Amino acid sequence: MEFKSVGVVGAGVMGAGVAQSLAQTGHHVVLVDISDDVLAKAKKEVRNGLRAFSLFNKKETIDHKASMERISYTTDYERLADVDFVVENVTEKWPIKQEVYGRIDTICRPDVVFAVNTSAISITKVGGITKRAPQVVGMHFMNPVPMKPMVEVIRGFHTAPETIDTAKRFLAEINKQCVVVEDMPGFVSNRVLMLTINEAAFLVQDKVAAPADVDRIFKTCFEHRMGPLETADLIGLDTILYSIEVLYESYNDSKYRPCPLLKKMVDAGLHGRKSGRGFFSYE
Amino acid sequence: MTTQDNKSKIATYLVRFFPGHELREDEDIFTLGFVSSMFAMQLVTYVEHEFGVEVENEDLELDNFRSIRALDAFVTRKLTRANAA
Repeated sequence: MEFKSVGVVGAGVMGAGVAQSLAQTGHHVVLVDISDDVLAKAKKEVRNGLRAFSLFNKKETIDHKASMERISYTTDYERLADVDFVVENVTEKWPIKQEVYGRIDTICRPDVVFAVNTSAISITKVGGITKRAPQVVGMHFMNPVPMKPMVEVIRGFHTAPETIDTAKRFLAEINKQCVVVEDMPGFVSNRVLMLTINEAAFLVQDKVAAPADVDRIFKTCFEHRMGPLETADLIGLDTILYSIEVLYESYNDSKYRPCPLLKKMVDAGLHGRKSGRGFFSYE
Repeated sequence: MTTQDNKSKIATYLVRFFPGHELREDEDIFTLGFVSSMFAMQLVTYVEHEFGVEVENEDLELDNFRSIRALDAFVTRKLTRANAA
């Protein structure tokens, strides 16, 4: 094992998932967040995540207790001084990322690679605020992290080929495959997915088809496991709107104009599964 | 509490995840095209909170969570064991 100790910064849903993936594959994790409450919640999520993993993966037995013990939860960034690799998962807001990278750049060893877990932020821009731009790489993990075998790896403008190799070795250690793509807003996954969901919302708005029928076409004709609108409800309509807005601002291309129905639903509090109602009702 | 009460509670909880689908008591929810691990975990947590049982590592079998009937049987088994202890 090359990466014995890994720093995971940001203990939200994604951070907890990354920490769990690392811990269950034998890595020691320093999970850092500014909030004790978030850390406490993350601990619960890791426990539940381990259980979900066991429920679905009968072939792979994992030691829950040992995995839990491999993660240290802390608000002290200085604990990152000894880690061999960092995965950063803080909120997708530039000022927050900026502050975090300023901090970890001075604390972590100069040889350590920083992986930016993001679906929206420019890897090149993150590289630019550190003194180690060649060692900054994007890693767009999918939710729930431990269950998803694929990671979208993003090469920033200055990312070195060695860093891409390091990223691949790192992901191999946590049993994940990757596809390396270039740094453009939305990368591959979100550029296509958000546009698809937005267009599906337009179909509903234009009364071309009801949500269930839109989804049924994708499931039955293309064998997608979920339709675009169910997927939107699962991700959260607020997140979808935010992502499509970022794409619109990034490309100044009208094809990314957010569907007015989507905006209206978000304003009305119809955020999908988490709020009980979106394109479908969960109440 | 009768098992019928548990069943209807479980049914009420489950149906909201399958909009527009009439869920039968013995229908396998994992084959309905919505096998999200997040959903499965929500289900495990729901069972713990709603019925006050602890889902232990050895209980983590899909067969315990597969249908309204399976869930009801699982909950009943757990509650009986808890009461006997």
